[in-house]
Amino acid sequence: MELHELTIHELNELLRKKEVSAVDVTKAYLKRINEVEPKVDALICETDDFALKKAEEADKMIKDGNINDLTGIPVVIKDNMCTENIKTTCASKMLEDFIPPYNATVVENLNSLGAVMVGKANLDEFAMGSSTENSAFKTTKNPWDLERVPGGSSGGSAASVAADECAFSLGSDTGGSIRQPASLCGVVGMKPTYGLVSRYGLVAFASSLDQIGPITKDVTDCAIVLNAIAGHDPKDSTSVDNVRKSDYKEFLKDDIKGMKIGFAKEFFREGLDEGVKKSIEDALKTFEELGAEIREISLKYMDYALAAYYIVASAEASSNLARYDGIRYGHAAEKYEDLIDMYMVSRSEGFGKEVKRRIMLGTYALSSGYYDAYYNKALKVRTLIKQDYEKAFQDVDVIVGPTSPTTAFKIGERVEDPLAMYLADVYTVPVNIAGLPGLSLPCGLSDGLPVGLQIVGKHFDEGTILNAAYAFEKALSFNAKPSFKGGAK
Amino acid sequence: MNYEAVIGLEVHAELLTRTKIFCNCTTEFGGEPNTHVCPVCLGLPGTLPVLNKKVVEYAVKAGLALNCEISKFSKMDRKNYFYPDLPKAYQISQYDLPLCKNGYVEIETSDGVKKKIGLTRIHIEEDAGKLMHENVDGSLVDYNRTGVPLIEIVSEPDMRTPEEAYLYLTKLKSVLEYSEVSDCKMQEGSLRVDTNVSVRPVGSKEFGTKIELKNLNSFKAVQKALEYEIKRQIKLIEGGETIVQETRRWNEQKGITESMRSKEEAHDYRYFPDPDLVPIIVSDEWKEEIRKSLPEMPEHKKERFVTQYGIPEYDASVITSSKPLADFFEKCVLEYSSAKTVSNWIMGEMMRLLKETGKEVEEVLIKPHQMASLLNLIDNGTITGSIAKTVFEEMFATGKNPEEIVEEKGLKQLSNEDELREIALKVIEDNPKSVEDYKNGKDKAIGFLVGQIMKATKGKANPQLANKILLEELSK
Repeated sequence: MELHELTIHELNELLRKKEVSAVDVTKAYLKRINEVEPKVDALICETDDFALKKAEEADKMIKDGNINDLTGIPVVIKDNMCTENIKTTCASKMLEDFIPPYNATVVENLNSLGAVMVGKANLDEFAMGSSTENSAFKTTKNPWDLERVPGGSSGGSAASVAADECAFSLGSDTGGSIRQPASLCGVVGMKPTYGLVSRYGLVAFASSLDQIGPITKDVTDCAIVLNAIAGHDPKDSTSVDNVRKSDYKEFLKDDIKGMKIGFAKEFFREGLDEGVKKSIEDALKTFEELGAEIREISLKYMDYALAAYYIVASAEASSNLARYDGIRYGHAAEKYEDLIDMYMVSRSEGFGKEVKRRIMLGTYALSSGYYDAYYNKALKVRTLIKQDYEKAFQDVDVIVGPTSPTTAFKIGERVEDPLAMYLADVYTVPVNIAGLPGLSLPCGLSDGLPVGLQIVGKHFDEGTILNAAYAFEKALSFNAKPSFKGGAK
Repeated sequence: MNYEAVIGLEVHAELLTRTKIFCNCTTEFGGEPNTHVCPVCLGLPGTLPVLNKKVVEYAVKAGLALNCEISKFSKMDRKNYFYPDLPKAYQISQYDLPLCKNGYVEIETSDGVKKKIGLTRIHIEEDAGKLMHENVDGSLVDYNRTGVPLIEIVSEPDMRTPEEAYLYLTKLKSVLEYSEVSDCKMQEGSLRVDTNVSVRPVGSKEFGTKIELKNLNSFKAVQKALEYEIKRQIKLIEGGETIVQETRRWNEQKGITESMRSKEEAHDYRYFPDPDLVPIIVSDEWKEEIRKSLPEMPEHKKERFVTQYGIPEYDASVITSSKPLADFFEKCVLEYSSAKTVSNWIMGEMMRLLKETGKEVEEVLIKPHQMASLLNLIDNGTITGSIAKTVFEEMFATGKNPEEIVEEKGLKQLSNEDELREIALKVIEDNPKSVEDYKNGKDKAIGFLVGQIMKATKGKANPQLANKILLEELSK
């Protein structure tokens, strides 16, 4: 096995035994990036020099006996998380040259543990999209089939893990942006409970829905990364301070006998691929064989989730993105008539189509006269969806179902049809609306493309999700690797 | 026809917290442009606000001092608009659930009529930065003020005259100062006033078209601008013209109001709850704790001064109009027993000198124990009352002890009988006309002669003794 093919825990073992150094590991990954990045286009920037410097520091930590689970482990950060003195673009022309003077709290966490950032991942501009085709700079390809999308918006993060360009990555998930690309790329992705991980330094898309989470090669690694990033941050008032910090590795047990698993009849709906459906049915059987009890539940307001989501998320986005006005940083118009014109030209030039679409939608939904009809109504639907889950969780420990209705679709296939694109998130969005934790892991292949299984848990019950996921992963032993087929036309 | 004005005021007061509302930057006034800033108050991408607990505490304190209900549950909202001094392109404020509501301020007009002015709400919000257009090509922005905590105090349209508006503001300022939540310095922008005014025929229940007045730099300016504006509106109505709703600015130099912008440009602020901030919960316990920390308010202090120190109500209201003045009075009374004497000196000499020098009470150099010493010097006959005024002036200017001043300047009262007799004889000799008058039964002439002795001794002569000696000599 090559170094770049290993998981975090496997690399950690080698580093602990001093069979390799952090610099060796980093160099191996940088070499791998050189090889596959031209095909995959997962990264907006590569941070070789920074990585080698961090690897040396990690080796010093190891020498001093300070090694922890992430020391010397190469990571890719989605480019909507601020990195001190390193460009943070959000894949937008608007922030093409923005260099933050601070780190996101999650980046700070990883740095302090000695993780080594090797690059920053491509994404849909400002995390808006489900295919990573909305990046102002490049379209990331799915390593399983280079003619297909990696999903979005954390497509670069998921593809970089699937292509072994890093041992793990961080993504952000507003309506499924970690789980959906993880599903399409055949890796593990988790959106933690809203409030578990600090959002400080995550460039906001929709503040009440955004959450940072890990994308990893297996469930064990997911627990390791969650350990590193979870916890209260005084810089984020929505990060919770009353939850006892767990060691998520303790939940990695393959025994799930008696676990009650919910499955909603609403999951098998129009638009669900036959191949995906088949894999999910198989997964349910696997759980039963493991001794879990499958119970049918109902999530009757699920159908309204997508509509409510696009109102709330766009409303918040219209406000969050208003600060990009070209006055102090970011793209500024060169020619304009007056102040208002300067704003208009700067923003017209700086933002892409999808971002503009959502800003307009959100502005409309919040404007006087429409607020009650749209925004307020959406908040009410949000409450109903939360209640749906609360009721369901009285009977079950976790809820499983498909992550995405389809496997990876072709690049360009849905670009002209935003509504079809939005449907890619139909299974993940309700989870964000309710603020619940959810994880996607591979549960098989359909026509040679990975299918993702979503496991959703109660608030702050990431442990039970990891337990179920770990047991399933052991039972299934999914070990197919991306083929890098197709590509370059 | 007779008209009456309907006036409502919006007052922004900067809170005296040490740090800004959502970050740890200093709130100190001034400083080189853009030095009191950080990524959070600059609204840089990814940064998040964290509400300063002190801001809530101070706002609740103001609310309690202004007789408001305190909301157990309130939240922060975003007010969205584009302007270069607003880094996030939205201001974090409160919309439908303000922290305090339904309060009042009691004023007393010059006719002695007491009136309650209702307060609709008090909410907390962040300040914006400052644009500078002078001496530059284009505009510059200073973000030092960005994120300084403000309370906005919105009154009911309960005022009917500019005088009432003036009294309301004076009272409001004194309550805010008393509660120590704001220093209310208008020259530094820590207190800003906007006013809404309309006129209507007396007896009418409907409101006239409202004009907003801005750029009011002092309470006097508020009063003058309102006086002008009310006249202007009445003239328009009587001339058969309609008043257009607009914002006008007060031009201090010209003493007129001028159109600034019409309401047609009114913004849609698209208020919605700020998803970066959690709701504000004020528990009963916390509220009571804050209530206990509230110092005595002017009304109570005034009543207490009347009963405890036996000074007239007028004196008490003058002295308690400013907290530092009231504090000074109380400290003096601790050292000197005649409260009325102290209040006479504060209301007379001290307030005269404050006015003349433009000093604030806090800047006065005289210590309460020095004040007491001065009054004791009068009582024990060391100096005369008129000399005491000279001494007081010197104390006010230098902060020196009165004894020292009396010693240095040789201002001791002249009570030596022989010395005084000699002067009296000289005065008698120099003023035969007055002596004649006195002998012809004109008692008043004695006053003139005593005055001459005073003049000769530069006011140091003991007046009773001088009188006695004169009478003795004249009856010889």
